[in-house]
Amino acid sequence: MLGYVLKRTLATIPVMAFVALFVFSLLYIAPGDPAAVIAGDQASPEDVERIRKSLGLDRPFVARFAEWSLQVLRGDLGKSIFTGLPVTELIAQRIEPTVSLMVVTLILSILVAIPIGVVAAWRAGGWLDRGFMGFAVLGFSIPVFVVGYLLAYVFALELDWLPVQGYTPISKGLWPWLENLILPAIALGFVYIALIARITRATMLEVLSQDYVRTARAKGLGETAVLFMHALKNAAVPIITVIGIGVALLIGGAVVTESVFAIPGLGRLTIDAIVRRDYPLIQGIVLMFSFVYVLVNLAVDLVYTLVDPRIRY
Amino acid sequence: MTDAAAIPGPAGAPAAAPELPDILPPVKARRGVSGFAFRHPTLSIGLVLLALMLIVAILAPYLGTVDPTALAPAKRTRAPSADYWFGTDAYGRDIYSRVLYGMRISLLVGFACALLASAAGLVIGVVSGYIRALDTIIMRMMDGLMSIPPILLAVALMALTRASVENVIMAITIAEIPRVSRLVRGVVLSLREQPYVDAAVASGTTTLRIILKHILPNTVAPLTVQATYICGSAMITESILSFIGAGTPPITPSLGNIMADGRTLWQVKPFIIMFPAIFLSITVLAVNLLGDGLRDALDPRMAKRL
Repeated sequence: MLGYVLKRTLATIPVMAFVALFVFSLLYIAPGDPAAVIAGDQASPEDVERIRKSLGLDRPFVARFAEWSLQVLRGDLGKSIFTGLPVTELIAQRIEPTVSLMVVTLILSILVAIPIGVVAAWRAGGWLDRGFMGFAVLGFSIPVFVVGYLLAYVFALELDWLPVQGYTPISKGLWPWLENLILPAIALGFVYIALIARITRATMLEVLSQDYVRTARAKGLGETAVLFMHALKNAAVPIITVIGIGVALLIGGAVVTESVFAIPGLGRLTIDAIVRRDYPLIQGIVLMFSFVYVLVNLAVDLVYTLVDPRIRY
Repeated sequence: MTDAAAIPGPAGAPAAAPELPDILPPVKARRGVSGFAFRHPTLSIGLVLLALMLIVAILAPYLGTVDPTALAPAKRTRAPSADYWFGTDAYGRDIYSRVLYGMRISLLVGFACALLASAAGLVIGVVSGYIRALDTIIMRMMDGLMSIPPILLAVALMALTRASVENVIMAITIAEIPRVSRLVRGVVLSLREQPYVDAAVASGTTTLRIILKHILPNTVAPLTVQATYICGSAMITESILSFIGAGTPPITPSLGNIMADGRTLWQVKPFIIMFPAIFLSITVLAVNLLGDGLRDALDPRMAKRL
């Protein structure tokens, strides 16, 4: 068991190394002259040269990559072109709202999606199933910011139940913090819920046709116990996998959701960086999120062994 | 049945058994278009909606539109009316015309990404599944590429290139390739073990011929389904990229750009975002329904999965 944990953890190293190599090489493989693109159309040749130097584009790729890798390993993601501040510092300043939003969304999505999927599988073919699954297809078809504006318009502007925009740090109290996150979390979770609900339904359908489910029913177990204790437990592995994979959707969606709800998190930082073409900052954010994503999926793999004792590597 | 009739009943002659009622009503095979629609309702709805959207996009110049980039500062942010069906935006541009022309960009991005990602993924997947020496390294690279959340990958690419429709297509395609290659590789790996492939190898068929005759035809069905999903998600990603300023150039009337223009005014002029959003969502919905329908139609075993 410990051996597996160690092996699986070590296996993330080449993946992360490739991510770093790829994100770094983008500067070199991007068509055109990145320094000129970053400098903008009004830049003087001197500006372009200065940016080229600060990006290290004037030196050979291998040397520059080795230098940069060592930097990253020391936890140094370089300096922002626009503000001159260390990228890690800029990220640290903005991390709380984003983590809050993602955690609230994750919890909300799981709490909503799994019951939906279970009920849909239980009533497969019925109107409840059709309704839920129709909703899920819809979830894949509407961009996250449109859901966000729709929710903000209805529940904040028209009904005035929740604040329209903004963010309150958790240190100012739990409710003010949560109040600001409810609408963004629903908006961001919409696709995620659709994804988890669909996979839950599909796996549950398979599990519900198994003999042990029939046995459980035959011995007089209540339907709730059959569904949630016997069936769901055996359907857990694919569901957890999708929850892990779907975190990529949350990360991408958070950038947009933060913009809709004016949440001063990493998403806003990303958008500001795009507008200013602050590549070192974008590079740092992409790298950080990718590493988080790899680690989330590592955690998912390790959780398998907990939920399914049959999996022993 | 003939056997049962031949066995004499207890009374000697075959007893006139009481006629059993049919358990199932007679199935009348429906033919033609209505039959197809009846058997594949999801697929049909998707096809019809998508065809409708394609027609609207192709015929955009003939559907009462004006120049989608024409500015009219005096007629800013007009509400929808008989003159301006969907209203005007902050620069007085006609939103109806912009949405119809924007559909062209969205559909172009969707179809181009689906085609390019499928083609690239097919090649990488076949190579990876067929050449053992390259499999591990290619798949580790794909794992790495898949570890970068697609929108962020596209953002990083767009930050380094000039904003253009081609670059948006390229950025979204690169993010989609790993999933397609994995899918194709999976199919190839399972096919390699099939007896008929062994037989082909044993009878001296060249590798190229095996790939063309035995492997590729089997990837068509899953690849088609995957391509429709890529098409849908590419259209959504384009709108998100344009919305956050990392997509098509602001001057291009793409659905994402129209919505981005309405961003600051959404509380007072929600229609600027609403109309493009409705068109985009219906188009993506059509493509997704088409994908679900194709999946069920091409592989009935998969119908209950997902």
